[in-house]
Amino acid sequence: MIDITLTVNGEDRSASVRDSESLLTVLRETLALPGSKPACEQGECGSCSVVLDGELVCSCLVMAADCDESIVRTVEGLAQGDKLHPVQQAMLDSGGVQCGFCTPGFVVAAAHYLDENPDPSSDELREELSGNICRCTGYGAILRALEGLAQR
Amino acid sequence: MTLDQATRVKGGIGQSTIRPDGIPKLTGDFAFVNDLFAEGMLHAATRRSPHAKARIVSIDIAPALAMAGVHTVITQEDVPGDPLFGLEDRDQPVFAHDEINYWGEPIAVVAADDRETARRAAAAIEIEFDVLEPLTDPEEAERQGSVFRHMKIRNGDQDLHGEVVVEGYYETAMQDQAPLGTEAGLAVPDGEGGIDLYGPSQWVHADHEQVYPCLGLAPEQVRVHPSGLGGAFGSREDMSLQIHICLLAQITGRPVKMEYDRSESFTGHVHRHPSRMWYRHEADREGNLVRVEAKIILDGGAFMSTTNAVMANASYFAVGPYRVPSVQVDGYGVKTNNPTCGAMRGFGAVQSCFGYESQMDRLAEKLGMDPVGLRLKNALAPGDRIPTTGQLIETALPAAECLEQVRLMPLPPPLDSDDPRHLPGGTGLTTPRSAVKRGVGYALGIKNLEFSEGFDDYAEASVVLTPAGAEVHTSAVECGQGLMVVCQQIARSALGMEHVAFVHDNTSDMGSAGSTSASRQTQMTGGAVLEAARGLKAEVLKTHGGDDLNDEGVWRDGSLVATMDEVCANGPVTFHTQYRHPPTEPPNETGQGNIHADFAVAAHRAVVDVDPELGLVRVVQIDTAQDVGKALNPQSVIGQVEGGIMQGVGLATMEEMVVDRGRILNANFTDYLLPTFLDAPNVEAILIEQEGSWGPFGAKGVGEPPTISSTPAIVAAIADAVGKHFNRVPVRPQDITGVL
Repeated sequence: MIDITLTVNGEDRSASVRDSESLLTVLRETLALPGSKPACEQGECGSCSVVLDGELVCSCLVMAADCDESIVRTVEGLAQGDKLHPVQQAMLDSGGVQCGFCTPGFVVAAAHYLDENPDPSSDELREELSGNICRCTGYGAILRALEGLAQR
Repeated sequence: MTLDQATRVKGGIGQSTIRPDGIPKLTGDFAFVNDLFAEGMLHAATRRSPHAKARIVSIDIAPALAMAGVHTVITQEDVPGDPLFGLEDRDQPVFAHDEINYWGEPIAVVAADDRETARRAAAAIEIEFDVLEPLTDPEEAERQGSVFRHMKIRNGDQDLHGEVVVEGYYETAMQDQAPLGTEAGLAVPDGEGGIDLYGPSQWVHADHEQVYPCLGLAPEQVRVHPSGLGGAFGSREDMSLQIHICLLAQITGRPVKMEYDRSESFTGHVHRHPSRMWYRHEADREGNLVRVEAKIILDGGAFMSTTNAVMANASYFAVGPYRVPSVQVDGYGVKTNNPTCGAMRGFGAVQSCFGYESQMDRLAEKLGMDPVGLRLKNALAPGDRIPTTGQLIETALPAAECLEQVRLMPLPPPLDSDDPRHLPGGTGLTTPRSAVKRGVGYALGIKNLEFSEGFDDYAEASVVLTPAGAEVHTSAVECGQGLMVVCQQIARSALGMEHVAFVHDNTSDMGSAGSTSASRQTQMTGGAVLEAARGLKAEVLKTHGGDDLNDEGVWRDGSLVATMDEVCANGPVTFHTQYRHPPTEPPNETGQGNIHADFAVAAHRAVVDVDPELGLVRVVQIDTAQDVGKALNPQSVIGQVEGGIMQGVGLATMEEMVVDRGRILNANFTDYLLPTFLDAPNVEAILIEQEGSWGPFGAKGVGEPPTISSTPAIVAAIADAVGKHFNRVPVRPQDITGVL
């Protein structure tokens, strides 16, 4: 076991992790933050997207032991109390949520992208989010949600 | 109540009301089965067969049991009750014990302190196999009589023939539902010998019926709870890990959790049946269909699952929504050593739609007719009979209207960009714009709604008044499609109240709602909620002599005569219903009868850009018109339309489980391709609302029609672009280029 400390959603956390454990597993099972989802665990679907030291990553592909002293933002850190993040609110209003399993990864990835690129084109949104797979919506409602934000 | 009154209530029907599970799903707070946790729980793992056909010579669990942290290892000899389970037929052993019938069949499960230990222990079990040759060719299975069900349909004068004849052979691949959430579950001993199960289920009462006999328990000792699913699309109708974790919990006395990874999810649930179809269409010179002959083989794999019903559906809808005076269909659901197939969105209607719509295009070509014109000329309408079963169509069925509306929708502009994101192949492959050819294709599809063939199909629900508002109680599973919100909307409109909560009840607290499948819950559980809400309202109005109800209480002549506290003075007021759709009947020996409860149609137009040299396809746009009866939540309906179409895009262009001698070669998201944001076409949809269905406020189920005719429309568009017919889906690059 390896001891690590990291800042998750602004909070200092520590964990003893196996050298084989991903950041996703440690977030979900050790740090009690199950919002990030395990859907493929090989970096294909984006359901486990988190922001690690300013970079969007698939947390299933990052070894937890490599995250000592890192700063992590997960879906649990997006809303401010009862106030949803604008991406969350737009997804809710547009019908971008169905089963919801891809949703945490989608909102983390979209919020991160829009932070850096506040006015993307539809093509840019599609390309930037092409690493997040949704099986329910066909992406239409998600695109409408994010286009609405981009135009503000 | 008129519709106008009903829609006045805030959050009632006809409005795109926000779903109650939306915020928790957006914040990460929603508990999916994958997220469940219980204090002191053990973790479980499954040992599966590496062979598609074999005899088990010996199983030695000792090496697994000897590992630190392992609590128990169980095999078939540890099953205390019924050794078999199955959704339609109890034909499958809980664990393979003497023979292996498919690759990945479970042989043993392990419970351990943690998941990693459980997986290592499962791998440590020593099993000796006598490997046998698997039966994997479905045509050979049919020849050998390895058949679950043969569906024989004969309708009309069998000696009728047309002058213009088109024959074709078609195949559809094995598709996976690939819900984003994998199978996971938690079984918790209740301390009195019983078990609470939180698992991946589309129908908790069907799980209950299969679980408790295997445990050797009384029905009331097992409670199955509707739980958070990351999608389903048919994949959770059958058992996966439910019995296994309940057995482990029963034996260890501890809560037990199991979670499949993606590879095991592909192995551990059923798939869409691959099909082989032979068609002969005959028409007169004016384009009137005269006779259709079809032979359809669906590969059911090793165990029955829902093969009989899927195959029956493929057969009942084998000629599509067209008038045909003479029909001969033979459908076979065959038993092989391939992976077991069962339910997936569209349930048999998908496979045959690709066959008959391909035939319609070839027939139009042979007749020198416009393919849309040929379809319109033959389209079914109310008052016609379903050409296979002879059933009179008594409700709305706007087949021609759907197609006409789609044809009138504007086409997208021509390709005018060198941006690779707009080109076939996208940013990963280089296709010059000059090489790209555009094509347009149409297709029309039909499917039954609800369960058929005389099945006693019902849904139970209660509506309860409390001082805080109303509650809808049901055991109907929410897979993600929006069942909870539509139940709230129906109750709000029926009661005239805004405060309506949705409450999920387990199998002990509520009767069955039936399956969340067959596009049935809006009509069935929605129908039960409407009936219960109306019954409840009538009862409290009568009790208090009122003429209206709202969140404040009961009113008479504009004055409040009983507050909600007074209405509930003796406790909550409950109205419970068991709701049934119009009765259906089993088919006679030639497939005739009033077999279906309701039907829905949809039309699709696909616009594609194709690079014929590299065999690459970009689906540019899908336009659709769909028969929805009444859109109770327009935003949810559009969500079903868009999402269902994307699964049709997947089957048309990329989704295929590659199975070699029974073994799945691509059980992961790297090799099993799913449409991404960049693969997603623009979708424009028209919802056709026609009154007539018996569903609540005239609503029809909407989940499956989008997935049925979208696939053949795309294939027709590819064919239009490159001037060549295709006879299998998905259409692969080599099918377009002709070069392997």
